Amino acid sequence: MKYYSEDHEWVEIHGEEATIGISEYAAKQLGDITYVELPSEDDDFIVGDTLGVVESVKAASDIYSPVSGTVVMINDALEDEPNLINESPEDKGWLCKLTNIDTSELDDMMNVDAYDKYLKELS
Amino acid sequence: MKLIFSISRSGRRGSSIPKADVPEMNAIPQRFRRKKSAELPEVSEQEVIRHFTALSRKNMGVDTNFYPLGSCTMKYNPKFHERIAALPGFAELHPLLPQLRHGGALTQGALAVIYEAERILSELLGFSACTMQPLAGAHGELAGVMLIAAYHKACKDDKRKVMLIPDAAHGTNPASAAVAGFDTVEIASDSEGNVDLEDLKKHLGPEVAGLMLTCPNTLGLFDRNVKEICRLVHEAGGLCYCDGANFNAIIGRVRPGDLGFDVMHVNLHKTFSTPHGGGGPGSGPVGVAEKLVPYLPVSRVTKRSDGTYALEYDYPDSIGYIAPFYGNFGIILRAYAYMLTLGREGFRRVSENAVLNANYIRCRLAPYYDQKYDRFSMHECVFSATRQVAKGVHALDIAKALIDRGYHPPTIYFPLIVPEALMIEPTETESKDTIDSFIEAMIEIAKMTETNPEQIQQAPVTTPVKRMDETRAARTPVVADLG
Repeated sequence: MKYYSEDHEWVEIHGEEATIGISEYAAKQLGDITYVELPSEDDDFIVGDTLGVVESVKAASDIYSPVSGTVVMINDALEDEPNLINESPEDKGWLCKLTNIDTSELDDMMNVDAYDKYLKELS
Repeated sequence: MKLIFSISRSGRRGSSIPKADVPEMNAIPQRFRRKKSAELPEVSEQEVIRHFTALSRKNMGVDTNFYPLGSCTMKYNPKFHERIAALPGFAELHPLLPQLRHGGALTQGALAVIYEAERILSELLGFSACTMQPLAGAHGELAGVMLIAAYHKACKDDKRKVMLIPDAAHGTNPASAAVAGFDTVEIASDSEGNVDLEDLKKHLGPEVAGLMLTCPNTLGLFDRNVKEICRLVHEAGGLCYCDGANFNAIIGRVRPGDLGFDVMHVNLHKTFSTPHGGGGPGSGPVGVAEKLVPYLPVSRVTKRSDGTYALEYDYPDSIGYIAPFYGNFGIILRAYAYMLTLGREGFRRVSENAVLNANYIRCRLAPYYDQKYDRFSMHECVFSATRQVAKGVHALDIAKALIDRGYHPPTIYFPLIVPEALMIEPTETESKDTIDSFIEAMIEIAKMTETNPEQIQQAPVTTPVKRMDETRAARTPVVADLG
């Protein structure tokens, strides 16, 4: 199941782990991504913390952690290929994986249909 | 154009220095000397002159073109200021001189300039005193938030660790607060572009050290609730910082100290017409209300009862030194010349014309470009290229197309709360003719976006190099290619 935040991050749950990224809409708004600052493994985050930064030709934007948890894996490929976020924001352009998550926090997020509706309201 | 390194020919010299007729001294120990000689270009004087003159002709600046870079106040810098700054009595002063025995007597003119500039600035801002020392706007912000920290510390109020920053603030505000050790919290804007008072109230509390308000903000809007904002922050025990980068909009008409602000920086290189950008250096004096005066940085210039000026260091509660010597003196001097040239009436006309020019552009371009907030602006106006994006033309493309038409691009993609933002600040120094030509160019670009968007996407085509690959430049920067 995939969930979206109002700040345009997504979370996908696989068993105990949550994979986090930014939505296609966010990637499009930012334009060509030039640099990604990722957290370190074992870093702990609570929901709303700044998890990392994405920089594009237009702007630098904080990424907020949509759920609480501990980083178990980061997407190393982004270091050399930040454009993966533009090419495949919701798959190969994932940012990191968290564990020790609290699935009740997902209740505050949107499913894909609700997020699509939210985007329509924005434009 | 060739790099000066590729013009270089072995043995070529700009001037020939006669052989020394005294024994060579090896004053620098061997271990500190380079093993290989520096790879400097070897060129004649004429080649140097031609190379750099050719480079300068490719430059685009306020002396060659209209430069409406929003929030940067790229106004024309009168050349008269340069003549004043070049006077040998100022230009040849050594910064250590006033600190030497009897040096004060030899530097009375320079000390008077700092003192008088500070008094005039304090009057314009509505504050008790200023420090002229900060070397740039962001340096002034840092000094300002350090003063706030010093104040709370002196009040034994150690819990105040949070600095509130509205989302229409300059990007340097949260950076300065963070460098000073504060946690920053963003406050939302309401639907009219003012600070959202409900959101502000939600975040006020015993941990709040203060609020940093860019006034007018980066949307070019003067917050209608500014007095109420200051009152609320004070009620919660915090102090109010005013980012005065946009002071050009209100100078001579509003004194921020009267609105309730406690501390504020201004940029001499914006509002006070000293060189800006590559031409700098900058200067960001900070004004303070009475309660913050004891914490101002040292040194301070004081006027003694006999009318002479002196540097004072004896302020035990001062935050200390923040800059070498007395700030960028040459810049303070230029700004002082500007202050005396304009006078009170002149400053009122500066803000009047800066605001008039921006609103003239805003109204004439309104049929062609969208605005997020449809209300009178101050010294700059912000458009959103959303209508053009539907045709595949982005703010970036419009900026590039303006270069082809002889205009420096406006600020783009800032403020961040406006999608595809184009922030235009004409300043008061441009004639109506220039502004009209600029407006015509913007209209022409908007029309071409409808009929021939590809042509806009290819701009610029008249520059020495065509459209730059900004993404590649950022992803794999090559900062020096000496090959």
